[in-house]
Amino acid sequence: MSSTIILFLAVFAASAVEAVEALTIVLAVGVVRGWRSTLIGVGAASLVLAAVVAALGPALTHVPISSLRLVVGALLLAFGLQWLRKAILRASGFMAQRDEAIAFERERAEAGAAASHGASSMDWYSFTVAFKGVLLEGLEVAFIVVTFGSTQGHLGLAIAAAVAAAVLVVVVGVIVRGPLARVPENALKYAVGVLLTSFGTFWGAEGAGVDWPGGDVAILGVIGFVLASAFALTWLLRRRRVEMRLSVEQA
Amino acid sequence: MSRLRTFGRFWWDFVVGDDWRVAAGVLVALVATKLLTSSGVNAWWLLPAAVVLLLAASLWRAAGKSAAR
Repeated sequence: MSSTIILFLAVFAASAVEAVEALTIVLAVGVVRGWRSTLIGVGAASLVLAAVVAALGPALTHVPISSLRLVVGALLLAFGLQWLRKAILRASGFMAQRDEAIAFERERAEAGAAASHGASSMDWYSFTVAFKGVLLEGLEVAFIVVTFGSTQGHLGLAIAAAVAAAVLVVVVGVIVRGPLARVPENALKYAVGVLLTSFGTFWGAEGAGVDWPGGDVAILGVIGFVLASAFALTWLLRRRRVEMRLSVEQA
Repeated sequence: MSRLRTFGRFWWDFVVGDDWRVAAGVLVALVATKLLTSSGVNAWWLLPAAVVLLLAASLWRAAGKSAAR
C-alpha cells in the first residue's frame, strides 16, 4: 500500500517537473509566433509519447518479474543518479538553479529571432520547437511511467499520475498565463532523484536475488537512507564550496 | 551514419548522462550482488552502499572540475 502511494507521488512529481519545463517552451513559442502550429506540435508529441507507453508498458508485463526488476533497477539507478547528482550540485551551488522565468525569456528571444513562416499556413519553427520540447521532456516521464508501472504492476496508476500532473500544470499555466516560476522545481527534482534512486536500488537488488529485511516495507528504509546520504553529501559539498571561496580570496 | 550516431548519442545521454563511471559502477555492483546471492550471501547492503559511494565520487569529480574552471 505504502509503495503504491510512493509510486503515485514519484510519477506525479517527476511529471509535474517535466511538464513545467515543457510548458515554458510551449508558452514562449506560442506567445511570440502564434498558437496553431505550436499546439499541433504539442499534440503530435503527445501522440508519440502515448504510443511509446502503449507499446512498451503492456509488453514489459510479459517479462519475468525478477529479470524485469534487475533491468529496470539498473536503468532506474543510472537514470535516478543523474537526477540526484544534478540536484545536489544545484543545491550546493556548484551548478546554476533552473529558473523558468529566465528560460522563458531565452526561448522567447530565440523564437522572435527565428525566420518568419511567410505565407505558409504552417509555422514549422513553432511546430518543431514545441514537438521537440514536449517529446524530450515527456520521454523522461514515459520512461518513469513504464518502469514504475510495469515493475509494480500498476501501469494504469502510473499513467493516471502522469496525466494528472500534466493536466494540473497546463491548467495552472493557462490561469497564470506565464511560466510557472514559483513551482519549487529544484526541490521537486531533488525529491524525484531520491525516489528514482531508491526504487532503482530496491528493485535492482531484488532482481539480483536479494531478500530485503522486512520485505516490501524495506523500500521506506532505502528511501530514508538515500535521502539522509543526499543531505549529507549536499552539506559536505556546500562546505567544500565555502572552503574553495575562502582559499581563492586568501590567494 | 551521422543520424545513427545522433540517435545513439541521445540514448547514451538519456541513460548514462554526464558521468559514465556511475553507470559502469551500478552495473559492477549489480553483478557483484548477483554473484553473492548466488553463493548464498543475502547481500542486501551492497547496492545501497555502492550507490552512495558512486554518487559521492561523481559529485567530488564534478565539484573539482567546476573549481578548475
